[in-house]
Amino acid sequence: MRNYDIVIVGGGPAGLAAAVSARQSGIESIIILERDKELGGILNQCIHNGFGLHTFKEELTGPEYADRFIAQVRELKIEYKLNTMVLDIGQDKTVTAMNREDGMFEIQAKAVILAMGCRERPRGALNIPGYRPAGIYSAGTAQRLVNMEGYMPGREVVILGSGDIGLIMARRMTLEGAKVKVVAELMPYSGGLKRNIVQCLDDYGIPLKLSHTVVDITGKERVEGVTLAQVDEKNKPIPGTEEFYSCDTLLLSVGLIPENEISRGMGVTINPVTSGPKVNESLETNLEGVFACGNVLHVHDLVDFVSEEASAAGRNAAAYVKGTSVADAAPEAEICLNPTAGVRYTVPSTIRRARMEDNLTVRFRVGGVYKNCFVSVYFDDERVIHRKRQVLAPGEMEEVKLTKEQLLQYPKLEQITFKIEEE
Amino acid sequence: MYDVIIIGAGVCGAAVARELSRYQAKICVLEKEEDVCCGTSKANSAIVHAGYDAVTGSLKAKLNVRGNERMGELAKELDFPFERNGSLVLCLNEADMPNLQALYDRGVANGVRELRILNREEVLEMEPNVTENVYAALYAPTAGIVCPFGLNIALAENAYANGVEFYFDTEVTEIHKSEEGYVLQTDKGSFETKYVVNAAGVYADRFHNMVSEKKIHITARRGDYCLLDKEAGNHVHKTIFALPGKLGKGILVTPTVHGNLLVGPTAVDVEDKEGINTTAEGLAQVFEKAGMSVRNIPTRQVITSFAGLRAHEDGDDFIIGEAEDAPGFIDCAGIESPGIASCPAIGEMAAELIRDKMGLAEKTDFIADRQGIKNPNTLSMEERNALIKENPAYGNIICRCEMVTEGEIIDAIRRPLGAKSLDGVKRRTRAGMGRCQSGFCAPRTMEILARECDMSMFDITKSGGDSKLVVGTNKDTV
Repeated sequence: MRNYDIVIVGGGPAGLAAAVSARQSGIESIIILERDKELGGILNQCIHNGFGLHTFKEELTGPEYADRFIAQVRELKIEYKLNTMVLDIGQDKTVTAMNREDGMFEIQAKAVILAMGCRERPRGALNIPGYRPAGIYSAGTAQRLVNMEGYMPGREVVILGSGDIGLIMARRMTLEGAKVKVVAELMPYSGGLKRNIVQCLDDYGIPLKLSHTVVDITGKERVEGVTLAQVDEKNKPIPGTEEFYSCDTLLLSVGLIPENEISRGMGVTINPVTSGPKVNESLETNLEGVFACGNVLHVHDLVDFVSEEASAAGRNAAAYVKGTSVADAAPEAEICLNPTAGVRYTVPSTIRRARMEDNLTVRFRVGGVYKNCFVSVYFDDERVIHRKRQVLAPGEMEEVKLTKEQLLQYPKLEQITFKIEEE
Repeated sequence: MYDVIIIGAGVCGAAVARELSRYQAKICVLEKEEDVCCGTSKANSAIVHAGYDAVTGSLKAKLNVRGNERMGELAKELDFPFERNGSLVLCLNEADMPNLQALYDRGVANGVRELRILNREEVLEMEPNVTENVYAALYAPTAGIVCPFGLNIALAENAYANGVEFYFDTEVTEIHKSEEGYVLQTDKGSFETKYVVNAAGVYADRFHNMVSEKKIHITARRGDYCLLDKEAGNHVHKTIFALPGKLGKGILVTPTVHGNLLVGPTAVDVEDKEGINTTAEGLAQVFEKAGMSVRNIPTRQVITSFAGLRAHEDGDDFIIGEAEDAPGFIDCAGIESPGIASCPAIGEMAAELIRDKMGLAEKTDFIADRQGIKNPNTLSMEERNALIKENPAYGNIICRCEMVTEGEIIDAIRRPLGAKSLDGVKRRTRAGMGRCQSGFCAPRTMEILARECDMSMFDITKSGGDSKLVVGTNKDTV
C-alpha cells in the first residue's frame, strides 16, 4: 500500500485548486485521482467564455480556466493519475482505486479531499411520460458530444430546463447549425444565471416558456416530437394547454446532483437539502480529516467560487495533516448555522471559532425569487447583518462574509440564523 | 430446409430454442428486432412467481410451479442472476381474509411448497415498510427475482452454442403451408421448415391466425413501471403484492436482482402492439397504488420509468401445443405473467412435444453450461488484478454508476449473439442502467461499439432500426 498525506478524489476545478493550495500550504505528498483522460473535469467541455471574471479578472473559456490551474499543478509537481476510478474509501482513509496500468490498488491517506463533482438528473427524475426513443440527452452529454467529439446529436431541438447548461447548449446547438425551437422551464423563473438567459436565448430569439413542462415524448425509434403544457402553482400540467413541437432531439437540463456515492459509502453525513456532505468551517465532513469542496459539496453556478472554496479546503486539509488545526483548537461548542425564512441551506453548517480562518465565506441559496428584500444574519437574537438586495433568485448562489474577530466578540454565541426579510 | 423455425427471440423463443438444441435438428430463430429480449421479455416485473395465482389445472399454474422449481438450477447452468427473495401478498382487512385463504389453498393445490399465512406482526417484522394497515399476508419463500435480460440472453447464447441459428432484423410477414411443413416469408427472403414454433409475444395471434381457422386473440396490456435508485433498493426485501384483481396481480413493490427498487405495473389494454409509451396517469397510479401496500417509498429516487406489454389471450391461459388444424405449427402464445417464471417449463414442454412428434434423437455433445460476462465486482483484489494484467480493459471503468469496465463491454460485443447497440450493451452489462442513465457512459460506449464493430458513429443506434444516436458533425449544415 502506498501512503500519501492528502488524496484528492477528482481532478476538476475543485480538485485542482485544492491540490495547489494544499501544496502552497506546505504539503509535499499529494495525489489527485482523476477518472477522466485529462485534468480539468467538466470545464473541458465548457468551451464558451465567461469563466474567471472573479478569479483572474478576465473572461476565459472553460478549458483556458482549467489550464491555469493545471499549469500550476504541473509547476508545483503535484502527482496525479488519470483514467483512475476511485472505487471505495474506508473510514480509515484507505482509498481503493483502479486503472488499466496499476490495476486495483490501495492508498493510505492522512487526509482526503472529496472533489468528485456532480451529475445531471436523468429523465426518470421527472418521470416524463412517453416513449423512450433515441434523441433524448441530458444537456451535458450533448455538450460533450458536440464540444469534445464534434458530433451533432440532432437537428431540431427542444430543451427542458433552463439551468445554465441548458441555456449554454441552446446557444451552442444554434451555432453548430441546429434549430432550437423552445426552452421550457417548469418553474415560474429560470434556474440559470440572468446573463445566460440574455446571451444564450434572447440574443438568438429562442423562446423561454416558464411554467411549462414536457408531458409527452413521441417517436418509437428516434424522437419525433414532444408535447409541452403549462403547469399550475403545484407544477401540475393544465389540461388544454398542450402544444406539440416537432423535433428530433430533447435535451434535459433539469438539475444537478452531487455525486456522493463514495462519501455515503464511507459514512459521511449528507445534508438532504444540498445532497452534499454536511461540513464545518474547515469544509471538513463529520469524518475527521475528510474534506469536501466544489460541486460534490453543493452545486455552484460559477467556477470561480468553486476554486475559492476548494483553496480553503486545501489549506484546511494541510493544517489537519500538519496537526496545527488540532493543536490550536481549544474544545468548545460548535456554533450552528440555521438557514430559515427563504434561505434553503448554508455551507458550512457549523463553525468552531478556534479553527476558523480570519475570514469565512458562508454560501447559500434562496428558495424562490425575492425582490427588494434584505439578507439578514442574526447572532442568536441580535441582527448583525442586514443587507438590501434588489433581486434574489434560486439560480444565483449568495454569500455572506463573516470574520473571526466578529465572532470572538460573541463568546456565548450558539446559533447564527440566516433569513430573507422584507424590511 | 429447417426442422424447426422459432418465431421470436424473447424469453420463450429462446427457452424453446435452448431445450430443442438438446436434440439433433436443424433449428433457427427469426427475430424482427436487432437483438434478443426486445419485446415483452425486456419490460416486465422480472418476478419468478411461486405459482399460487393461476387457476389450478391451468397451464399457467402447472408451468409456473415447474418453471419456478427449475429456475435455480438453470441459473447455475447458464450463469444469470436469480435470487429466491420470497414474496408477500398483503391482505389489508379481515373481510378479505377468505380471498387470501383461497390463494393459499390454490397454491397448495398447485403444488407450491412452504406457503404460510402470516399475521400482522409477523409481516411487519419481516418487512417494516409494509403498510401498518396490513392484516395478514401470504408468504411464499420460493418466489424469486431474476434478471430478465440475463435469463433471455443466457438461453439464446446457450442455444447458439448448441447449433441454433439466429436471424435478427428479420420479420416474418406471411406463413404458407407447404408439402413438408411451412414456408415463412420474411423481409429477408423465405425460410422453409417442417415445424414452426410461434413465440411471437403480442403478435402470436397474427401468426397463429395465418395458418389456423381456430382463431386466437391477443390483447396488448400495457403496464407502466418506475425504477428507483439502488439507495432505495433495501426499502423492501421481498416482493410485495396486493391481493390480485381482475386485470392481473396489481402493483407490486420489489427489489430487483441488481439491488434497485421496482414499482409497477399498471394494466391498460392498448390497440398499438408497439405502444410502449408511459403515461402521466399510469406513472401517477403506480405510486398511488404502491403506497397502499408499502409506506414511504422514496419517489424522489426514481431513475427511470418504462412500460411493457403483456400478451393477454382471451382464454386467460397460456396456449402451448400444436394448433388443432395446422399440424407442425406449435403455439407458445398468450405468454403473460407468470411467463418469466414459466419459461423454463414452456421451453421443455414445447421441445418435448416436437421431439416426440418428429422422433428427434438426443445429441451426445449438448453443452448444458454457459458462462456469462465476467463481473469483476465479484472478484477479490488479487483476482481482479490478475484479470487486468491479462486484459487491461478490465481496469478501465466506463459506466461509473454500475462500475462496468471496458473489458465487460468488449466481451458483450464480441461474444456470440453479441450486442450491436447501446441498449444491447446495457442489457448485457448494465452500462447505462444506473442512476445517471447513461449520461456519462453513452458517448464512451458508442466509441467502443464503433471501434469493435467497425462502424461509423453515425450508424450506432440506441436499439437498432432508425434509433440513430448522432446525426452529423458540427456545422455540417451551416
